[in-house]
Amino acid sequence: MKPFTYERPESAADAVRAVATKPGAKFIAGGTNLLDLMKLEVETPTHLVDVNRLPLGEVADTSDGGLRIGALVRNSDLAAHPRVRRDYGVLSRALLAGASGQLRNKATTAGNLLQRTRCYYFYDVTKPCNKRDPGSGCSAIGGFNRIHAILGGSDDCIATHPSDMAVAMRALDARVETIRPDGSAETVPLAEFYRLPGSTPSEENALRPGQMIVAVTLPPPPAGVQIYRKVRDRASYAFALVSVAAIVQTVGGRMRSARLAFGGVAPKPWRVPAAEVVLDGAPAGTPAFGAAADAALQGGRGCGHNDFKLPLLKRTLTAVLATATRTT
Amino acid sequence: MTSDDRPLFPLTRRQALEAGAALAILGRAGPAMARDVPVAGTAPPESGAPAMTVRLTVNGVAEDLTLDTRTTLLDALREHIGLTGSKKGCDHGQCGACTVLLNGRRINSCLTLAVMHDGDSITTIEGLAKGDALHPMQAAFIHRDGFQCGYCTPGQICSAVGMLAEQAAGWPSLVTENLTTRPGLTDVEIRERMSGNICRCSAYPNIVAAIRDASRETL
Repeated sequence: MKPFTYERPESAADAVRAVATKPGAKFIAGGTNLLDLMKLEVETPTHLVDVNRLPLGEVADTSDGGLRIGALVRNSDLAAHPRVRRDYGVLSRALLAGASGQLRNKATTAGNLLQRTRCYYFYDVTKPCNKRDPGSGCSAIGGFNRIHAILGGSDDCIATHPSDMAVAMRALDARVETIRPDGSAETVPLAEFYRLPGSTPSEENALRPGQMIVAVTLPPPPAGVQIYRKVRDRASYAFALVSVAAIVQTVGGRMRSARLAFGGVAPKPWRVPAAEVVLDGAPAGTPAFGAAADAALQGGRGCGHNDFKLPLLKRTLTAVLATATRTT
Repeated sequence: MTSDDRPLFPLTRRQALEAGAALAILGRAGPAMARDVPVAGTAPPESGAPAMTVRLTVNGVAEDLTLDTRTTLLDALREHIGLTGSKKGCDHGQCGACTVLLNGRRINSCLTLAVMHDGDSITTIEGLAKGDALHPMQAAFIHRDGFQCGYCTPGQICSAVGMLAEQAAGWPSLVTENLTTRPGLTDVEIRERMSGNICRCSAYPNIVAAIRDASRETL
C-alpha cells in the first residue's frame, strides 16, 4: 500500500474542501472496497478524508411519504430498518443478497453506490485496463469475460457495476443528494448518476472532484409486489451473474406499472422503459414475460464466455414475473 | 517500552515467541505479560511514512499506539498489541478469519484502518472468555468439534457471537421468508448468516451444530 496522510473532519463542508483542495485525496467511509483496492495499488490515494464521524447516518421519513437515507447508513442497518422492510422490500432483499454480514456492518449507502467493478483485469495491475489506466487497452475483450457486461459496454470496457443495492434503488427511482466543494447542493436522479464507459471508462459517475454524496432519497413506496432475485455461482456471498429487481402490480390478471432493473449485466444498474411498457396492461403469462425480456435485451450481445447471460436474464426475468403476478 | 511506545530491544517474532515460551515455563507468563513482549511490527513506522497516534480499547484494555496510517486494524491487533488470535487468511475480506467485534458488531478487521477507530472498543477471540470460563460459543465449538485445523475458528466464533446478536435484534437475512416478522434461527438461517466465514477443512456441519447449541444458551 502506498503511504498516505489521514484526517477526520467534523463537518461535511470541511470534508469536501479537503478532498477538493488536496491532489490525490479521497473520501473513505466503510473502506471495504477502497482498502481492498489500495492493498493491490489499484487505488493510490495520497490523502484520506475519513467521513465516518459526519452526521450522515440517519434514515428519516420525508414529507411526501418517501424515505431519506443518510450516506453513512450501514448496509446492514438499512436492510433491517422497519420502513425498508415494510415498504421497500426489494431494497432490503437486494442489500441482504450482497456481501457478508461482516461487510454489510461496515459498508455504507454512498460507498455501495461508488464501489468499483470486480472485473479481474481491473484488479490485476499487471494487465492493461482502460478503467484503471486509460488508453492501455481492455484485457476482458478477447480475454476471459464470463462475468462481464452483455449490455451497455463499449469497445474500450465491458466491466459490470457490482452493486445489488443500486439495482433495487434504480427500480425505486432513487435520487442521489450531493454537496459540491463550494457547499452548494446538487441532486442527481440515480438514472443519470452512472455513465456508460464509451471511450472514457475511468469516468464512472456524475460526481466532480470533491463532490460528496450526503443522502439517497426514495419516493413514496410504489404499489405492487417487490422482488429481488440474484443468480450467482454459489448460494451466498458472491457477486451477481444476473439479478432482477421487479416491482409489479397485477389487477384482474393484467400487469400494471411494472418496473424492472437488472444487475450483473451492464456497467450500471440497467433499466429499459420499453420492457416495462410491454408489460403495461398485458395479461400475466409467458408471452408477455418473454416480450419484456426481449425488449430488455435490445442491443445486448455476449463476448464469448458471457454469452450465457443472455438466456439467463430472460429466464430469470420470466421466473420473477411469474412469481410477482401469481395470485395469492 | 519507552514512553513513545517504541521497543527498547526490537526482537524478531521467533525470539518473542521463544521468550514467551520461556516465561511460560517459569510460570510467569499471563496475558498481561505476553502483552509486554515486543513482537515484529512494533517497530516505529517506516521513515518518512505518515504516522498517527490512536487509542483502541481492546478486550477492555486501553491501548495507545503510534502507527503508520496504513496499518489495518488486524495488523494493529496482531503485530502491535500481540493478540494473534485474529487470523490473516486472505487479507481482502473474503474469508472471515479476521472477524472481530467492533463496538459489539462483527466486522472484517483486515478491511479497516486502525486510525479510523480512535476511541472504539474491539473484542477479539482473546476477550470472549471470562477468566477460565469459556464463552458459551467457544464451549459449543469444542463440544461439537466445530473445526479441524482451527485457523478459521477465532473468526467463526467472533462472527457467530455477532450474528446471534443480530438475530436477537430481529435483523432479517436473505433466506428470511417474511421481512416483517421476527426471523427464527433455522440451520438454513445460520448457514446464510455465516456465509462470510470460510472453512477450508469444511467443518460446516459441526460449526452449524455448535452455533445452534450456543444460541440456546444465555450469551
